[in-house]
Amino acid sequence: MRKPFIAFVLLGLFLCVLAACSASENAANANEPEETDNESTEDTSTDNGDTIKVGILHSLSGTMAISETSVQQAELLAIEEINENGGVLGKQLEPVVEDGASDWPTFAEKAGKLLEQDQVAAIFGGWTSASRKAMLPVVEENNGLLFYPVQYEGMESSPNIFYTGAAPNQQIVPAVNWLLENKGDSFFLLGSDYVFPRTANAAIKAQLEAKGGELVGEEYTPLGHTDYNTVIAKIRSEQPEVIFNTLNGDSNVAFFKQLSDAGITPEDTTVLSVSVAEEEIKGIGAEVIEGHLTSWNYYQTTDTSENEAFVENYKAAYGDDAVTADPIEAGYFGVHLWAKAVEKAGTTDVEAVKEAAKGISYDAPNGTVTIDGDNQHVYKTVRIGEVQSDGMIEQVWQSEEPIKPDPFLEGYDWANELSESLAE
Amino acid sequence: MQSTIIQKLLGHRIIFSILFILLLTAPLYLSDFRLNLLGKFLAFAILAIGLDLLWGYTGVLSLGHGIFFGLGAYCMAMYLKLEANAGGLPDFMTWSGMSELPLIWLPFQYPIVAIILGVLFPAFLAFVLGSLTFRNRISGVYFTILSQALVLVLVTLFVGAQNLTGGTSGLTNFETLFGIPMNEASTQTMFYIITVVVLAAIFLGCRRLVNGRFGNVLIGIRDGENRMRFLGYNPSAYKTFIYTLSAAIAGMAGMLFVLQVGIISPTMIGIIPSIEMVLWVALGGRGTIIGPVIGAVLVNAAKTGFSESYPDIWTYFLGLLFVLVVVFLPKGLTGLFETWKARRKSQNVGKHVDVAKSYR
Repeated sequence: MRKPFIAFVLLGLFLCVLAACSASENAANANEPEETDNESTEDTSTDNGDTIKVGILHSLSGTMAISETSVQQAELLAIEEINENGGVLGKQLEPVVEDGASDWPTFAEKAGKLLEQDQVAAIFGGWTSASRKAMLPVVEENNGLLFYPVQYEGMESSPNIFYTGAAPNQQIVPAVNWLLENKGDSFFLLGSDYVFPRTANAAIKAQLEAKGGELVGEEYTPLGHTDYNTVIAKIRSEQPEVIFNTLNGDSNVAFFKQLSDAGITPEDTTVLSVSVAEEEIKGIGAEVIEGHLTSWNYYQTTDTSENEAFVENYKAAYGDDAVTADPIEAGYFGVHLWAKAVEKAGTTDVEAVKEAAKGISYDAPNGTVTIDGDNQHVYKTVRIGEVQSDGMIEQVWQSEEPIKPDPFLEGYDWANELSESLAE
Repeated sequence: MQSTIIQKLLGHRIIFSILFILLLTAPLYLSDFRLNLLGKFLAFAILAIGLDLLWGYTGVLSLGHGIFFGLGAYCMAMYLKLEANAGGLPDFMTWSGMSELPLIWLPFQYPIVAIILGVLFPAFLAFVLGSLTFRNRISGVYFTILSQALVLVLVTLFVGAQNLTGGTSGLTNFETLFGIPMNEASTQTMFYIITVVVLAAIFLGCRRLVNGRFGNVLIGIRDGENRMRFLGYNPSAYKTFIYTLSAAIAGMAGMLFVLQVGIISPTMIGIIPSIEMVLWVALGGRGTIIGPVIGAVLVNAAKTGFSESYPDIWTYFLGLLFVLVVVFLPKGLTGLFETWKARRKSQNVGKHVDVAKSYR
């Protein structure tokens, strides 16, 4: 007798929770009045009203949450700063946060929700190439705007995406050149098995061939792989001077730990990583990665007055233990670049904003960044750094000026064949 | 007595007809985005029906249906990808170092072949696996573990054979189906209607299947496999048939999913989604056909609803929901309805007895 009663109470409770989400009334219950309500709000364009909606779409749950949450925080910080200074076009920005859940179809679904349901003026989001590729058709179909904050493999230039992370020629190509000049010419390529390492290494191999470097090994491990003993045995027998590391995520923790346990020091073989920043070093442990190199456009230690203020504000907002890193910074200045373009265009209309964004500059923590009108990437300074015992990265080299983005590596003779085959 | 059965049947038919019409007319009162979501949920509901045949009626728990869903989805996606590239190589093949279309991709140039394979391929795999395991009388938890291993093996294969499957990124960026632009609202509405019709057809077909003699045999196998064997039935043939059928249904669901969502990746077919699929059936109420449909739609709607309203903590709500239902509603949501009906019936019976007494 008691059980059915409890069950009914529970069902009631469950329905209450569902009703609580009525702000986003789900289609299943197909409640007619609710739905018409939704449709009428949909008609209001983002330009009317007191606020401008912008979408924030990162993984807040799942394996990528650890990296993407801090980018989301930086973007919210930028939005807060803009709002404190009077907003954009005299209106406050209203962030609509969604969770991509480390699942690519979810990224596509939520991008659709932000553009069709919330009618956001722009989306800031994504981390993995797979999440970007999942959002791309949705953003193009709805003629939306996406600001993507992470360095990536290049070979893409969607008219609806602004790429604020590094193109390969702003991170990988200069790093290889620098290594050839300063560390040696025998290279071992190690990466996770997916689009970024595969494409990056295809370019590196062409570059090594042209510049007289020597490739002694190339290994790929599945994402999330944690046993590197076989790979390290190969490294030991090949004795490369440089390991070019495109591993992503947790694999780095296992790899650096096992490399250091095997007694291979940065003096014997230097590892240069392109997916390890301050945030990841916290997880790896500074003691096992100390002395190895990274290539990025920004470090927490980068010496500009803008960065001093940025680090201070970020720590004030998210605690003294919080560190800033390249993708965090790219997410941050992406919001500011968009806001500047909207101010210049005088509207949030996508075509007008894209037109206004051409050649627009912003004094970001890493220096002045400028949007390249040809491909919607940004001019960025390249920096090679060495990991210190306190987990910070100290710059050992930087490019003289911000480098023009070249996602298809068109400016490099050795990459001609590669970019032709990859650019369809 | 007879009139109540007719009434009952009629009542059900009316309820189902109303539901069907409500679903069919959804394009009139839902926004394009919500309609697309509902279409996705209904594709999941199709899969849940197949899973219910297997688990609810035959008592075989498969924690590996994601893979059949995935095979159907990939078959469709391969065709769509080829059509989007208009004869050229898909982008991921180029960066994986391929120079021409691999042999297994060739049949997928033809949409009809792709659609047929999307049903036959999962069915074939299930048939092979089913006949091998059931004939050897591997059942219960051993079969469940085996189905889980199958997922693990195939997902690793899908991720590893990057040059053939697109690896972890999966397949996306489709443009046309039979030359019709896929992403337009009218095309999506068409896909939705097709999904509703397929769901209704599979729902009615499966109800007919389980309500007759055949269904009784299935339930007999579930409740006492050896007895059925002694009665002269061959349980392994029945089990293999149902396993194959539910895999084919899952493949169909996968194809409808890709058409509406526009992307398929290994994260959609792995162990976690496979377990989720079983949860839909458990939540709705297994062995009822309608329960899994309700479960699939409700769980996914809750998932979307929670994650939109509370993007930071939605996973806790979903977890709580699962725990509560499993603890307090072991027979699922439809079980609740059954208890209510049973109580009412017993009250009625009590009344009759009273009446009889007073006449004596």
